[in-house]
Amino acid sequence: MSIFLDKNSKIIVQGMTGSEGMKHTKRMLAGGSNIVGGVNPRKAGETVDVDGTSLPVFGSVADAMAATGANVSVIFVPPAFAKSAVMEAIDAEIELAVVITEGIPVHDSASFWEYSIQKGNKTRIIGPNCPGIISPGKSNAGITPWNISGAGPIGLVSKSGTLTYQMMFELREIGISTAIGIGGDPIIGTTHIDALAAFEADPETKAIVLIGEIGGDSEEKAANYIKDHVSKPVVAYVAGFTAPEGKTMGHAGAIVSGSAGTAQAKKEAFEAVGVKVGKTPSETAALMRGVIASL
Amino acid sequence: MDLFEYQARDLFESYGVPVLQGLIADTPEEAAAAAAKIGGTVVVKAQVKAGGRGKAGGVKLAHTPEEAATAAEAILQLTIKGLKVKRVMVAQGAAIDKEYYFSVLVDRSNRTFLSLCSVEGGMEIEQLAEERPEALAKVPVDALRGIDLAKATEIALAGGFDAEIAAKVAPVFVKLYEVFVKEDATLVEVNPLILSKNGEIIALDGKVSLDDNAEFRHERESMERDELDPLEAKAKASDLNYVKLDGEVGIIGNGAGLVMSTLDVVAYAGERHGGVKPANFLDIGGGASAEVMAAGLDVILGDPQVKSVFVNVFGGITACDAVANGIVGALAKLGSAATKPLVVRLDGNNVAEGRKILADANHPLVTVVDTMDEAADKAAELANK
Repeated sequence: MSIFLDKNSKIIVQGMTGSEGMKHTKRMLAGGSNIVGGVNPRKAGETVDVDGTSLPVFGSVADAMAATGANVSVIFVPPAFAKSAVMEAIDAEIELAVVITEGIPVHDSASFWEYSIQKGNKTRIIGPNCPGIISPGKSNAGITPWNISGAGPIGLVSKSGTLTYQMMFELREIGISTAIGIGGDPIIGTTHIDALAAFEADPETKAIVLIGEIGGDSEEKAANYIKDHVSKPVVAYVAGFTAPEGKTMGHAGAIVSGSAGTAQAKKEAFEAVGVKVGKTPSETAALMRGVIASL
Repeated sequence: MDLFEYQARDLFESYGVPVLQGLIADTPEEAAAAAAKIGGTVVVKAQVKAGGRGKAGGVKLAHTPEEAATAAEAILQLTIKGLKVKRVMVAQGAAIDKEYYFSVLVDRSNRTFLSLCSVEGGMEIEQLAEERPEALAKVPVDALRGIDLAKATEIALAGGFDAEIAAKVAPVFVKLYEVFVKEDATLVEVNPLILSKNGEIIALDGKVSLDDNAEFRHERESMERDELDPLEAKAKASDLNYVKLDGEVGIIGNGAGLVMSTLDVVAYAGERHGGVKPANFLDIGGGASAEVMAAGLDVILGDPQVKSVFVNVFGGITACDAVANGIVGALAKLGSAATKPLVVRLDGNNVAEGRKILADANHPLVTVVDTMDEAADKAAELANK
């Protein structure tokens, strides 16, 4: 088991023929993901050779699903066109849409999120502005390097891409069930809580690492959720203790506004519900190694 | 990007939101001319992006052009909350009967839009929310349906307006929502929205924040912006994601989360080394090339406060050998301009090759350390020398 993505996942790539889309389609294929095609209305009907794998290009997500049985879409479409790409995936009712694109206007994310709700939330959206999701040894939908860590009992959910990689690397000797980068934008589809709920239900996941950062209240909500709903051990890490108020730190959502969204408040929220918080990524990994050793 | 008050006023006016006349002035003479043009009593207001302008002496009433010049002269010498006043707005005076509050914003917690509204405007909204939360209506706004006249009326009634005034403010709310959507704003706030003694609804002071991610679909090149720190301007010219801080250890890393984490780890290490702190945030991104590394080092070494530099890269998409080549190439390019010690920590993809490249180059300024925590400690130690 794993969450949201497994060896049976059939993946299409929206924006496959663009430079980022092509680069990462190659990487995903090299890592063993089952990529079954791409979507680009202007190149529908063509076939693209990707390092020896011949991939069909479809005019729409619905066409691609009908022809290939795809149930996952990874979206690399540029910011200006991302909203309609996500809405297209929602219309096609694909199970999972992973939005890698960085720089999508927040009004567009608010719109496609509202659209998803009104369509009955049939499509799980991960991102935007995220590295995607990887279930090592099974499948990889996104830009996470496939060879950092193998499969294992740790579930990982993070707002940050490189901290996900760092944590997978630190815990590679134990292994990862699924690692999800939920993204650093103010409005995202899958939250810390959604991932916690899925990890709690996943028999393969024995313990969870949660990585947060300044901005918003996703971590505080997650802490509250853990208290009542998560029986598996959780270790947390929060980045941005030294971030000044009012400055965006790389991610569009990483900003302390007044006294809201500070790393200190998030740390305290976790500690109040008995979740240990590592001071550094290495210390967090060490805490998790201790948890695994005691299981 | 947060707008200056005068920019918000101009924006409101262009959408048909009722505002009073307001003209900007950079000198006392211009302020006098503006006051003469507007006529009657005017208010001279400091244009800085900070609350509490009134208390700081940044808002003054003037009955004649001469008084406006005197007021402007005083205000243009002020620094309010660390921000130097460079410009004032001369605004038409208003006879205020009542003060109200309205805003619409992106509510990230609920992943939707939210409108706040109250008949009790004028004071800081945080204060109202704390002291009289029941007086502040919070009405979720569907991002697809937005605020039409019916929704605007619902918001007004929730905010405590009676039916007669609700009918007057609702069309203004609709226009303000139009500003919010069409300008890709994350916040449109009017405080106070007033009822004048003549019975008119007027947006007297406005705050607007715009989404930087949406700049590609707006023409904003000519707008006045905050003056950047010279190093921030230099970084921006190279398309680098840089924030100047106030410490001694320059930081370069890849990925926003890892860089934020690096700042924290350096600050902890600094506690053991004379209290040194991170000097900046600099994210060179996922696929950083040698050129980007060189541009980043160039910015950081240009910061006179920097005593040491910590390069912290996890090779995910980027391979460590490419990063190592970037560092060696950047140092060669900088030549004798590079004078500060560099502590480098590489991990991940092709780490052995990357460390070998740095070892072979054997640059006297470069120290390679295996782990992030130890490298932070070393960088802090060097900055404290």
